Amino acid sequence: MSYLPYAVAAWICLVGLAGVATSRNLIHLAICLMVTQSSSYILLLSVGYVEHGKAPIFKGTKLGTTAVDPVVQALTLTDIVVSVAVIALILALALDAHRLSGTVDPDGIADISG
Amino acid sequence: MSWVPPLLVAIPLLSAAVVAGLDHMTPEPIQDGLVVAASTATTVLAFLLLWHAESHEVVHWFGGWQPRHGVALGIAFAVGPVAAGMCVVIGIVVTLALVYSLTFMGEASRPFDALMLLALGAMCGFAMSGDLFNLFVWLELMAVAAYALTGFQVEQLGPVQGAVNFAITNSIGGYLFAVGIALLYARTGTLNLAQIGRSLAHGPAGGIVIVAMTLLLCGFMIKGAVVPFHLWAADAYAVAPAPVCAVLGGVMTDIGLIGVARLYWTVFDAPFGHSHAVGDVLLWLGIVTALLAGTMSFLQRHLKRMLAYSVVCHIGIMLAGIGLLDSSGLAGAELMFLAHALLTAGLFFVAGIVHVDHAMIDELHLHGRARGCWVPALAWFGGTIGLVGTPYVGIYLGHAAIDDGATELGRPWVLALLWLGSALAGAALLRAGARIFLGWGDAEDPLLGEAMEEEPLDRNVLRPLLVAVAAVAVAAGIAVSVVPGLGQRAEYAAERFRDRAGYTARVLGDRAMAPPESLPVTIRHTTLESLIYGGSATILAVALALVGLHRRRLPRVVGAAAARTLAPPIHVLRSLHSGVVGDYVTWVVVGTAVVGGVWAALLHG
Repeated sequence: MSYLPYAVAAWICLVGLAGVATSRNLIHLAICLMVTQSSSYILLLSVGYVEHGKAPIFKGTKLGTTAVDPVVQALTLTDIVVSVAVIALILALALDAHRLSGTVDPDGIADISG
Repeated sequence: MSWVPPLLVAIPLLSAAVVAGLDHMTPEPIQDGLVVAASTATTVLAFLLLWHAESHEVVHWFGGWQPRHGVALGIAFAVGPVAAGMCVVIGIVVTLALVYSLTFMGEASRPFDALMLLALGAMCGFAMSGDLFNLFVWLELMAVAAYALTGFQVEQLGPVQGAVNFAITNSIGGYLFAVGIALLYARTGTLNLAQIGRSLAHGPAGGIVIVAMTLLLCGFMIKGAVVPFHLWAADAYAVAPAPVCAVLGGVMTDIGLIGVARLYWTVFDAPFGHSHAVGDVLLWLGIVTALLAGTMSFLQRHLKRMLAYSVVCHIGIMLAGIGLLDSSGLAGAELMFLAHALLTAGLFFVAGIVHVDHAMIDELHLHGRARGCWVPALAWFGGTIGLVGTPYVGIYLGHAAIDDGATELGRPWVLALLWLGSALAGAALLRAGARIFLGWGDAEDPLLGEAMEEEPLDRNVLRPLLVAVAAVAVAAGIAVSVVPGLGQRAEYAAERFRDRAGYTARVLGDRAMAPPESLPVTIRHTTLESLIYGGSATILAVALALVGLHRRRLPRVVGAAAARTLAPPIHVLRSLHSGVVGDYVTWVVVGTAVVGGVWAALLHG
């Protein structure tokens, strides 16, 4: 197993965070947030991957067949479900921000500070 | 008894679904009754659970997937006295908030009720979970409910900003947490907390565990609003409706800290227990949080924003208690969690009443307007005194237990710093109370910055109900320090929480636990130092509040010198809390990197 998937996951996570930190548009920001989260999918899948492993469906297979880890796929799916809810909420808030202030720039909606 | 834990989650979640599904189909009183009944039933069951959890660990394996030969196969709720006690506090605060919002939320109450029940179920699930990934799922579920509740009244820009900053910062916390889970799963091959701890106890920890610990604990500390991850909290609490603030500030933020303690004592104590590095970092973060948030609280004029910083300040004190890594400190954090939840909820309720009465919530604009509102005034001052920690009032018992822990470890200087934090936050609340309810002091103060625009609350409320709920919350919070036997029970609970080997054995079924000795039913003894510190903190808080009220009466030389020296740091502090989410995310990244770097340097060498 090479280190490449781990490096890719770290890179995607950092790029996403940089995007979130510098974004001037809430919709762009939501997408950057999704990019950040996809790093955890890559990490999870590379953790559970087994060289020459089959899909983890055991009905009708011989005992001792090598299979990839089924747990990480369940985790990834749950992770995706959670992120959909969060992104939907942020996009809804972006709509509200636009309705109320005519802008989706996070600097533009910074009403309260200090 | 293992059938109770799932019910604490199932009842609120199912009721939330029913309430949301039957929207506009059943008359309002029935809906309201259902909501309050569901929340009350959850609280009663939590009490029952606490009763049983004192004598044994209540473990529920979903689907009956019991561990085989000490190896966890399924997903578990593992409930000790700390988890059960948290469920009780969560249940009480949410029930009070739901009763309060019966008339407070007006027309919008139905989706609101469903979201509150969702948050209740998620918080209970979080408190009881014995599985790392389930912790993440409950964390995200309560977070989503909280984002929606914060942005509930989107008629103004403030709530949108608060909800956006809250959602983005906390989502990043969740993602860091998810990456941490993946790393820990890669290292140990299991998600059960007890099993992970057992696995890490063998062999060297390695860098990957340090990275995983950094990501997991920082994920929780973002939720827990610890400096420098706290920036979202003030924006969110300033704009959320008062009952939502009560739940967020009273219990949901504190839960992040209990998560930190849970992960440390079940998992990371195994590889890193020999060193004090983890605890020291938490202790220092706690102290900085308490002092910085106490100062920020003193600089606010918006009541709910002031309360938000007061919450963060007490979070810091609790984190310092956890960071001492001993039973006294942890017991202190538990006792503070209880008193702080009730008092904070009560103060937010009073702020809501003031908001309804006078259509604003700004300390200076409200100057003298609420004269003669005796019950809200008493509740406000009572809650404030309880939060300062005047001897034998409110959070005092918890504060004193943290003092004992710090003194035993030979760190008496921790006491002074933590008490200073609670005096600062208390001074801000006292000052605001004196201005609003007594009409003391000047009606102008440039130190407090500019007023925020506030939407008037035009609601047909049942005012006596709101006042009663606020009074009950404050009175219960104040009484925490004089409940006989509570201190000893907290300490016993902390002992059991810290006993990693015992927890692992009880969850994985290797052996049952010995029943505890009977605990004394007396008020816990506190040291003379704690009494002195508690008294001095009260005096300091009153003095600072008076200075804040009557700054103009100070001699001109003193005033000018103070203004010259204090203005630049205050300006810097204010500009750090910029309200722009990009800055917050930068702080999250920098904070995580620094915490991780310190741990790597101290633990890896």
